[in-house]
Amino acid sequence: MESEVRGLNYLAAFLVGGLVCGLGQLFLDFTNYTPAHLLVGMVITGSLLTGVGWFQPIIDFAGAGITVPVINFGHVLTKGVLTEVEREGFLGLFAGVLEVGSAGVSASIIIGFLMAALFHPKE
Amino acid sequence: MPQINKTPNEYQKMVKNAHPSDSKVKNFISAYVIGGLICVVGEIITNILTAQGLALNEAGPLMSVSMIFIGGLLTGIGVYDEIAQYAGAGTIVPITGFANAIVSPAMEYKQDGYILGLGAKMYSVAGPVLTYGMLSAFIVGIIKLIFI
Repeated sequence: MESEVRGLNYLAAFLVGGLVCGLGQLFLDFTNYTPAHLLVGMVITGSLLTGVGWFQPIIDFAGAGITVPVINFGHVLTKGVLTEVEREGFLGLFAGVLEVGSAGVSASIIIGFLMAALFHPKE
Repeated sequence: MPQINKTPNEYQKMVKNAHPSDSKVKNFISAYVIGGLICVVGEIITNILTAQGLALNEAGPLMSVSMIFIGGLLTGIGVYDEIAQYAGAGTIVPITGFANAIVSPAMEYKQDGYILGLGAKMYSVAGPVLTYGMLSAFIVGIIKLIFI
């Protein structure tokens, strides 16, 4: 039973995560925009989905299928703002941004620096 | 020097025929499969972390950090770009692709120095993503503050 549920979780993560990536590929193939535009679009989409309250239900269903794609970055930033705005009002607009997203942002910058300093580009 | 006895128009047709017309379908499928598999890796990491007794709201960020590490490392040793040739958006959209977008230009421009090269160029993609992510979160927050 336990392993059955786990198997379904993996399937949901694969199907939803794959779909997000597939939609991203269509965006790249059918427009002239760059990967940078795609990532920015993803983050804003995640932010808006969080604003209307649809993101958490998708996480409950798909797990890593939606928290691994960059779309989740928009979610954590917005979730932080919404939580802090509720708690402390106006200041939360600024103080909340990195409330939940700090681990991802800091890790990206620190690990990114270390990897780039350690390795050299392939010829 | 060998002569090419084709007009530009004929050549265009040859190129078009050589490219399979279903390449967009193929791109979609490979992005779907590889992107989906990367997400399954994230799910496996989450399961391992929660099995260690971590709460789900702690396992989430730790999974992201692990994926960023994996993406950064694979970029450093040159493997990520090999996968990206087949996967397209399948390797761009996951958070490993975000790490790739940081490490790749940073490594490339390291020769220009650690401040203006590595330090500045690592934000060439991450900068816009962070800026517009924060801006969007801010605007959603204002809407909530005013209307709700």
